[in-house]
Amino acid sequence: MQASHDTHDHAHGDHGDHAHHGRAPGLMGWFMTTNHKDIGTMYLWFSFVMFLVGGAMSLVIRGELFSPGLQFVSPEFYNQMLTLHALIMVFGAIMPAFVGFANWMIPMMIGAPDMAFARMNNWSFWLLPPAAILLTGSLLVPGGAAGTGWTLYPPLSVQMGIGMDMAIFAVHILGMSSIMGSINIITTILNMRAPGMTLMRMPMFCWTWLVTAFLLIASMPILAGAVTMLLTDRHFGTSFFNAAGGGDPVLFQHIFWFFGHPEVYIIALPAFGVVSHVIPAFSRKHLFGYTSMVYAIAAIGLISFFVWAHHMYVTGIPLTGQLYFMYATLLIAVPTGVKVFNWITTMWRGELTFETPMLFALGFLFLFTVGGLTGLVLAITAVDIQLQDTYYVVAHFHYVMVAGALFSAYAGAYFWLPKWTGRMYDEALGKVHFWTSIVFFNVAFFPQHFLGLAGMPRRIPDYATQFTDFNMVSSIGAFGFGFSQLIFLWVVLKNIKGGEVALAKPWDGATGLEWTLPSPAPYHTFEDPPVVTEEHLAAAH
Amino acid sequence: MPTVMTAIPANNYRIASGLSLVAIASFLFAFVQPPLYRAFCEWTGIYDVQKADEFRGSLIAGRPITMEFDANTHGTGLRFTALQTSMAMHTGELVQVNFRVENLTNSTVTGQAVPSYGPKHAANFVKKLDCFCFRQQVFAPGEVRVMPVVFALDRNLPEDIGTVTLSYTFFEVPGGIGSNSGNSVGTNAPAATGSTATGSGI
Repeated sequence: MQASHDTHDHAHGDHGDHAHHGRAPGLMGWFMTTNHKDIGTMYLWFSFVMFLVGGAMSLVIRGELFSPGLQFVSPEFYNQMLTLHALIMVFGAIMPAFVGFANWMIPMMIGAPDMAFARMNNWSFWLLPPAAILLTGSLLVPGGAAGTGWTLYPPLSVQMGIGMDMAIFAVHILGMSSIMGSINIITTILNMRAPGMTLMRMPMFCWTWLVTAFLLIASMPILAGAVTMLLTDRHFGTSFFNAAGGGDPVLFQHIFWFFGHPEVYIIALPAFGVVSHVIPAFSRKHLFGYTSMVYAIAAIGLISFFVWAHHMYVTGIPLTGQLYFMYATLLIAVPTGVKVFNWITTMWRGELTFETPMLFALGFLFLFTVGGLTGLVLAITAVDIQLQDTYYVVAHFHYVMVAGALFSAYAGAYFWLPKWTGRMYDEALGKVHFWTSIVFFNVAFFPQHFLGLAGMPRRIPDYATQFTDFNMVSSIGAFGFGFSQLIFLWVVLKNIKGGEVALAKPWDGATGLEWTLPSPAPYHTFEDPPVVTEEHLAAAH
Repeated sequence: MPTVMTAIPANNYRIASGLSLVAIASFLFAFVQPPLYRAFCEWTGIYDVQKADEFRGSLIAGRPITMEFDANTHGTGLRFTALQTSMAMHTGELVQVNFRVENLTNSTVTGQAVPSYGPKHAANFVKKLDCFCFRQQVFAPGEVRVMPVVFALDRNLPEDIGTVTLSYTFFEVPGGIGSNSGNSVGTNAPAATGSTATGSGI
């Protein structure tokens, strides 16, 4: 660590000509960097690699489901694929992607020189690769990886082999990384804003991350506690969840979903934040209803802790409990609706243009609302009892997670790529990426609503023959969607190699401190706090 | 502000340690859930964690009954005895009793046990889950075998019945499965005392 210390001090010691002071050369530079931009870049690349790994696993799933019967994989391996697909996509792809955005953009948005704890930031990132190796490596151990689904429900998770232990340790490590990252983000936002950047003038992306980071700190340790209890049930003779010893497996579901529902908003809120920047920029208007947006974010964050048992309507909870959780869940639609209406109103009478970031933001707006609507359908107890564990649920959460969070991440990536690399991406290729993604996404997931309504259960490698046609359509869409994502890789690589030089503010409608910096953003920025004026603010005024 | 990041402001550490405490509290919060969960469920009565025990209790909460067992043979070379001649039980309770059979002959004997009940109208209230009387039994020469009956008494057993006698009589099945016909030694084996086989339904 001494070397890191030196680099760090050196990098900041002579700030007069800071453009020449970067990270140490070679691979060790990446290991030891404490620069928020380097770490943001590493988060983004890590998440994209994990996205491709998790995506390949989903293609194993869709390949097997192309036709009824067992074609390519055993049922055990199928279960491992769907479990790892979910864990990798949630913890390895989507969450690190938005942490990457946070690292890159939050200091530049609030006028801070770096994150509050630069060295802890390095550690937050470098915990991720070991966790990823534990998760993917568990496929190679006897008995294979965890095959419980990402929810890790006992009794199955108490009984499985060593792959389960590896998944538990991976969750521990990922949790530590998230908590450290969150502490860093909260401290940065609360303590390191430039003078004049008051909380209620802060860009919306910072607001969403502030609430998200609180959600992470409150909920990730609960998941860590739950899997620790699983671990002691497995190896140390405790009976937290083991019914034979007086434990209760349903208790695990309560604890898991007490974490799991805030987790949904941990993923969704930063996505809301990105979209709240992109839509105003391409509408040439300020964000409509800034204050109501802030309160809506806080309300969503708070309510998310009180709706967990809507995942558990069929576990035998009493009717009063079902009714409470139903009404509480429906209540979340109110602040979410406020946000959707604000985005739409932002576009109202705006001068809209449809570059790739705007297209992805609109795709997000449209499809996330579809996913939210099916979520309301599922929230209704009487309906959910029929649809529980069917493909309707799978369709619902992929509309929210893929068309919601992932599309928002793409909107953000295309929006800020010129700032990161200093060059414009290939607009035509970006549009191809968007249109193939949105078409194939709907081909893949819309038929799953019909499958679920017809009663096809999720998490099975085989199915009754009447489901064949829709599954074939869905698989074709999934492969199309999967390969479309390689277009994004092509766009980014092409952008890194060359392209039209980007202006400091390549989007004429964009506002915010980050656009006052040259493109690409210098290695060190805002070492002297900027003067925040009204025209810099991304917030509506 | 020249040396920006060489020293982290003390205020940052204060926020970070406060947030760390929240994280630790959250972790501990997970571990207090098992006792809280149990207490909450017992207090509200929702999700009765004692439900399974109560269910078993309800099975044996019936009326006390004395059960008597009796064993006879008719024209076979078998010695047939009940290992337990009487027991106290409750209606609704599932019990198992054993009978012993010894083949006294030098040849294979095929027999069928036929039950009878005293009082006779108790027959409809003895619910057998399994019984050696459900099928023919083949005994090798000199074989000794212990055979079970698993049954419960119906809760609707008439109030005037306080004692139920279950009696079995073994009959030889000539030419039965595995039988060696014409070898019945001791055809007039002494009939044990007790109620006479009536041949009522099994």
